[in-house]
Order: sequence, then C-alpha cells, then structure tokens
Amino acid sequence: MANPNPHPGLSVAPPPPVAPVPVPRPVALELRDLTTVFPGDDGPITVIDGISLAVRAGGTLAVVGESGSGKSMTFLSALGLVASPGRVQRGEVRIGGADVLGQTPEQLRRLRGAVVSMIFQDPLTALNPVFTIGEQIVEVLRAHGHFSRAAARTRAVELLARVQIPDPARRIDDYPHQLSGGQRQRVLIAMAIALSPKVLIADEPTTALDVTVQAQILDLLAELQADTGMALVLITHDLGLVARYADDVAVMYAGRLVEVGSIEEVFSDPRHPYTRALFRSIPRLDGPVDEELPAIEGQPPNVARLPPGCAFEPRCTLGRGRADCCTKRPLPLAGDRSGHRSACFHADRLDQMEAAQ
Amino acid sequence: MSQTQSRFQTASGAADGQPPALELVDASRVFTRRGGLFRKAGTPVRAVDGVSLAIHPGETLGLVGESGSGKSTLGRLALRLVDPSSGRLLVDGRDVTEVPKAAMQAMRRDIQMVFQDPYGSLDPRVTIGQSIAEPLKVHGLWDPKGGPHKVAGVMSLVGLDPSHADRYPHQFSGGQRQRIGIARALTLDPKILVLDEPVSALDVSIQAQIINLLQRIQRERGLSYLFIAHDLAVVRHVSHRIAVMYLGTVVELAARDTLYRRPLHPYTVSLLSAVPIADLRMRKRRRTSVTMGEIGSATNVPSGCRFHPRCYRARLVAAGGDVPTERSGDALLPRACLMEQPALRPCGDQTGTGAGDQVACHFPETPETRSEVAAAVLQDIGYPPIRPISPQSV
Repeated sequence: MANPNPHPGLSVAPPPPVAPVPVPRPVALELRDLTTVFPGDDGPITVIDGISLAVRAGGTLAVVGESGSGKSMTFLSALGLVASPGRVQRGEVRIGGADVLGQTPEQLRRLRGAVVSMIFQDPLTALNPVFTIGEQIVEVLRAHGHFSRAAARTRAVELLARVQIPDPARRIDDYPHQLSGGQRQRVLIAMAIALSPKVLIADEPTTALDVTVQAQILDLLAELQADTGMALVLITHDLGLVARYADDVAVMYAGRLVEVGSIEEVFSDPRHPYTRALFRSIPRLDGPVDEELPAIEGQPPNVARLPPGCAFEPRCTLGRGRADCCTKRPLPLAGDRSGHRSACFHADRLDQMEAAQ
Repeated sequence: MSQTQSRFQTASGAADGQPPALELVDASRVFTRRGGLFRKAGTPVRAVDGVSLAIHPGETLGLVGESGSGKSTLGRLALRLVDPSSGRLLVDGRDVTEVPKAAMQAMRRDIQMVFQDPYGSLDPRVTIGQSIAEPLKVHGLWDPKGGPHKVAGVMSLVGLDPSHADRYPHQFSGGQRQRIGIARALTLDPKILVLDEPVSALDVSIQAQIINLLQRIQRERGLSYLFIAHDLAVVRHVSHRIAVMYLGTVVELAARDTLYRRPLHPYTVSLLSAVPIADLRMRKRRRTSVTMGEIGSATNVPSGCRFHPRCYRARLVAAGGDVPTERSGDALLPRACLMEQPALRPCGDQTGTGAGDQVACHFPETPETRSEVAAAVLQDIGYPPIRPISPQSV
C-alpha cells in the first residue's frame, strides 16, 4: 500500500494516465420491495409485488410489460399517487437517499414536480381545456417556485422554446385544442421539466402519437436529459423504443419483476422465458414474412387469481407443468453476472432447454 | 420470397382474368360542416381525394399513413358506410356506387368490417353468441336449426370455446374480444374484410395471436383483406401490397418487398426512418431521422405536392440546383413541388415484384437517383442498398 505520490502536498507532475474508471453516478430513484394492494372480494389483491429497481442520475430505465402488468402502478405507488382504496402495503422509495413513503401528503406534493415529475400517455386529457398553455405552465412555476407573475411568464416562454414549440411568445396564449397532439405532449414535457426535476417518469409518452412525431418527442426527451442530467423512467410496451433510448430495462409480468438488467444484458442474453417469447412475437421490419409469428399462447393472468408458482408458468413453453415452476414462486435474483436479475428457476439453462424442445 | 410470388400472382396488380374483389376508382369523400345561425359553413375537408385502388381475391392490401391521412375514411368508403362524393366503388366487378342504401345491405354480406376497439364494438348487454348471430338475423338468414351450429362453427374457427356463447363481453379479455369481433365479421361468409387497426389496441403478446389467426383464416377461406394500420412492421408481415396515404391521397402503392427495400416516395422513407427497431445495433449508430413537422390538417391542404412542407427530398433536390426553385417560408423548394400535384404513376423497376409499383412524386427515390439520406435509412432498418445489376455481371 505504498503511496504513489511521496509528496502529496507538492504534486507537480500530472497524474499518470490511467484507464478512466467509470464513476457510478448516484442513484436518483430507488424502489425497494414496493408492494401495493387493493381490497378484493376474497382478501387484498396484490397489484404490484416486491418491486426493487433503481435508476441513476442521467440514466434511462425502461419498464416494459403488458397492460395490467403493474408498470404504471409501480410509479404511481412510488409518487404516492395510488387512488384509494388501493394502498402501498410495504417497501421503500428513496429519492436522493431519503425515504419518501413516510412523508406527509403536503411534503409529497412539494416533491412531485420539483424533484420527480411524471408525464402521461394522453396529452389531451392531461391539459385543462379552459386555460391557455401559458397559464398552465405559469401555475406550475408559481405553485412550486418563487416566481413573480412576469418572471414565470418569461420562464414559460423559455420552456416552450426549449421543447421546440415554434413561435413560443405567441403560442403561449393558445388553448390546448389549438395545438396538435405532438405539440400538446411538448407542452406537458415543458411543464414536467419546469422545475428541473431530478427524475422524470414518462408513462407511455408517445403511444397516442404518430410514429413520426414519436421519434421527435423521444429525441427531445433524450436531449433534455443530456443537458440536465435528470434520470428518465420510460414506461412503454414498445421494445423498439427501449432498444433506442434505454440504458437499463425492467420487464414486468403480472405485477412482478421478471427480469432486470442493462440493455445489453437483456437484449443480447434475455434470461427469462417471458422476455424471450416477447422478443420473438413482435414482427420486425427485417424479419421473415412467410411464417407464423411465434405468439405467446394464452392470456395474461388476472392478478387476483395468480397461480401459486411462477405467474408465467401456464404460458411458458419451457416451464409449463414443471413441479418447481408450478409450486414455488421464483424471485428475481441476480445471477453470477452483477445486476442482471431473472425471476426464473432455469435462468441459467434456458438455451439448453430451448434446444431440447 | 419466390413462394410468395407464386402464391399471390395477383398481388402485382395484374388481375389474371378475375375481377378485383373490391375496387375504388378515383374515389373522393368531402366532409363539410354545415353552417348555422351563428356559424359560417366550415371549410370542406377532403378526407379522401381521388384514390384508385384494387384488392384482388385472396390478397391483403395494407393501408398505412399517419392519423389524419384518410385511411379510416377510405375503409368506410369501401363498405359504403360513408358514400363517395365522387368516383366509383366496384365489388366483384359490379359497380355498386349507385346501388340504393337498402340494396347495399345485400352487398355487405360480402364485405365486413373489424374495428380497432374490441371493447367499444360489442354491446355489453348482449351475449357474445347473440352478437355473433346478429348479422345472420339482420340479413334474414337465421334459422333456428342451422343458426346455432353456424355460430359455434365461427367461434371455433377464431379459437373461442363455443360453450362460452352465453357469456357477456366483460367476461372476456381484450384479445378474446377481438376474436369475437372477427367471428362476428365472418358469420356471413364474406369475401372481403376491412380491418381497421385490428391489433393496435392489443398487448404485444396478443397481437401475434390475432395476426396469425387472420392469416390462417385468409389461407383457409381465400378472403381479401384491406388491412388499415399505422404499424409498418405489422403491415409488412401481413400484406401482399401496401398503399401509403398522405392527406387523403395515395402517394405510393407497391408490392410488399419493394416498398420496404426500395421505397420510392420520400414520405415512405420518412415513415421507415421513424420506426423504432428492437435491435441493439441501432444504439451504436445514431439513426438517420428524416421526420419533420406534423401531418397538418386536411382542411388546409398545401399547394402542389401535399408533402412538400415536410419533405427532405424536395430540399435536397432544390439545393442540387438543377431544377427551377422557389422559396417557401424558410425553405428553398423545387417549383414543381410547390405548384403541381404529382399524379400516381408507375415508377421503378416494373419487372418481378416491382411490377405495378406506383408513386406520386416529382423526384422519387429510385435506386438510380436515391439520396444518401434514403440509403442511410434503408441501411438502418436492415436493408442494405440494392445496387443496380449491370447486364455483364448476370
């Protein structure tokens, strides 16, 4: 353990060139064992179950899953937005190191917008039709920040310019119906980034938009992220968007995490049969056309009536009927490689099992 | 590929003796908002403007375009759910444009529609068996003996358990409801199905099931499909030919393989450049994106070529300097693009799969004139440029 610099106070020589060690960026948002339940006829229904996820500052986490898989509910739970009678049953949500679940509604309200903000799928219903877009952005600024009316309006014009609304000084007085779907989504992004949040959660931000506009909106989000270093959570069902924009991927099924890893890990070496089947079932622009698509059989399960074992077992060509898959619930545990987690008992031998079929 | 060609010879557009199952000739539909006491009459909207298309027996014609391109209105024209303002509609070679409404019902036995929203298109108070039987009753074809048998038959055809006929729509998942919608459309043994975004409301894992089902039914029954969708990968998977619509007009009409390998219209190139691809290679390189602006409104259609405000190609051609140009806003554009609406005309390699390919563009992206932008887009989506083969190398 010799000190490489014998005169620490008098260092003149430049430090020797060493391979840059990537400094892990701080975790901006972390969920630990987050579990949300709704009351049901036969006892509480667990809609999300033991979700543990982290997204780093400047990073993009994509959360993938079918409708009802709990991907939106996970982040509504994290922000204290679960509608009654649902409630977060257990778990922790850490934003910048502090657990936010124990905070009062007023503290949570301050947190939303200023530290974490969220944009939703449908840009028409998320805007109030009787106020101009300027009034709505000004309201966000004044509710959370210390802006005079005039300063807030100036800032609103800047924000509209930032999200590439043409002629922002004039468009600020438009009502939502005067804007196209893509422009409305830009306005919502302007509102979401108004207070420079550390985390932006985008819930299917482009699903309602045309594919040409979708690319423009996501490129804008990526650009804003590069400028501000905010963390982005992209909730989507579109694996193409995931491949293009995400650093990490979490795959959800029936309210549970089934696979988590870096984009390279999950795309090059998917270690859950559901992830594998999902990739195969989507038509590709360069895929074969004269064959049937390898569809996943059956229907997504009802979370109120999950089987005792793996929730995917009834649809899984590898695990269907296996004693372990049927009786015991697999947890998303890391394999030998760090970070890449799969909730499958057979994660390490999926290739062999597929080959044997 | 050769298998496709042999199986669908009519797909090139050259009907071999048989009339098209469905044909639209120069069809237009104008919507006008009537004026009232306090309101001036609205500007007419040319939702569909001079479209000619034919769908051959056993063929799937894909119809793509952004929302507002008129593709859904075109689908409704095909069933005469809306009447054309001008132009003709032919079913099996018969002109049905003037057929009175009442007699249209008989024609609708041959053409049925499947809607996007499997929730909204079923009556929640009626059992699915009754829903599926309803077309038979409406057409006076219901008989108490054969009817239930017929319903059970189409239910098994679409993968539903016939013993569930007395259940209600809310007891079914989204994918199963879309199966019910398809079963209902098949009860009358139609020849043509108009499918308006049939899988876009469904989860990814269910989309593939429904696509496979539709293709199997087509193979077994020789149906023709007009498949309306915005997802270019889905459309490629199911279609033999594809029409690309922009603001009420068809801008490109091509065989499946040539549309994706040799897109001629800059709008088609723009659409392809925007398709998200689930492939990590896309991360290594910044993808070429040529999307610009938004589709705009059919109430205020741009002069000349309707796509010129968003066209990268027009800007490239104008910058090349070989054509008369004119300034439009910030952009320098070829005068032709600003002044003259290009007609849909044959273009590209008119042999093999490319026979019948048509484009409405003054400066199409042919393999010989392809811009570097278009070449980069094709490479991004996995189609390396096809070089023209010289006669010596063959």
